[in-house]
Amino acid sequence: MKLKINDGEFVIETLIIMVLLSFMLIIGLAVAHIRNLFSVVILTGIFSLIGAVIYVVMDAVDVAFTEAAVGAGVSTVLLLSTLILVDSKEKVTPGLNSFVAFILVTLTGGVLIFGTIDMPKFGDFKAPIHNHVTPRYLTKSSKEIGIPNVVTSVLASYRGYDTLGETFVIFTAAIGVLAIIGRGRRKPEQAIKHAKGETFDDT
Amino acid sequence: MIPNLQHKTILRVVSKFLIPFILLFALYVQWHGDYGPGGGFQAGVIFASGFILYTLIFGVTRVRKVIPSWVTRLTLALGVLIYSGVGIATLIRGGNFLDYNVLSENAIQGQHIGILLVEFGVGVTVFSAMVTIFITFAGQNRN
Repeated sequence: MKLKINDGEFVIETLIIMVLLSFMLIIGLAVAHIRNLFSVVILTGIFSLIGAVIYVVMDAVDVAFTEAAVGAGVSTVLLLSTLILVDSKEKVTPGLNSFVAFILVTLTGGVLIFGTIDMPKFGDFKAPIHNHVTPRYLTKSSKEIGIPNVVTSVLASYRGYDTLGETFVIFTAAIGVLAIIGRGRRKPEQAIKHAKGETFDDT
Repeated sequence: MIPNLQHKTILRVVSKFLIPFILLFALYVQWHGDYGPGGGFQAGVIFASGFILYTLIFGVTRVRKVIPSWVTRLTLALGVLIYSGVGIATLIRGGNFLDYNVLSENAIQGQHIGILLVEFGVGVTVFSAMVTIFITFAGQNRN
């Protein structure tokens, strides 16, 4: 993303986004550095919350809402409940070549930044994404759908197939969790027997 | 397993005070999604967060008395069935799949009905999925 200060009124907004993005950078570095997984989970929650604030500054309240609820809320709680099951101390694998990893990460980051160079400027109304179907949604949705929130009309009506697919993804995720760890709990001795293959009783 | 926090008075009282408002806010987000930010997805997550808070304070056994596992499993499938059902209904009424215009005599009204039902389906499935995933995780390791 390229942030250029052209207009006076966007200076404050750009400044806020810059500060928030640098917070995110610091948190990212901290997450990579800290070995205590509890702190890492909390930091990722804060990372998502700052992301949500940035979306609010960019006037994408629906996205901000989802980011705050899912990224900062539910993911954090899920990761915390995972931490209850596993050790909260990250094991450091010795003999890992951190220099090669650093070069790889720097290269990937460089390529990604290179990819953004010819991207349209942030908020550019001439950007291709704003000239494909967006004008139709914005101008016709009040006549065709008749509800004030265009995001909802795009999500539920124009792009109803995609949302149906997303709902099935959520459904599948829950089914997957149920299938893997959601079965009736075994008594420990039964579980040991089961692991040894002495019983095929699943209950 | 989640540590038992229900003996901490402040947590217990504050959470009991907050949960109704969280659920109410989720319902607002659900039904007001046509007019403001929000919709089924966010509402489902917020509604689930009320139950997750309850689980954190009172434990898995208590929350399973409030909402048994057969209920969440049923509603999990119910949400996607409502969504797909709207699609089937539009097919039966002679339109394309998920073409809400045919749901009513008036195309705009049909869109309103369709979006409301579809968002409700999304909300129900998201809520059940979040609660199911969380409680399944939290209920592990109990012998």
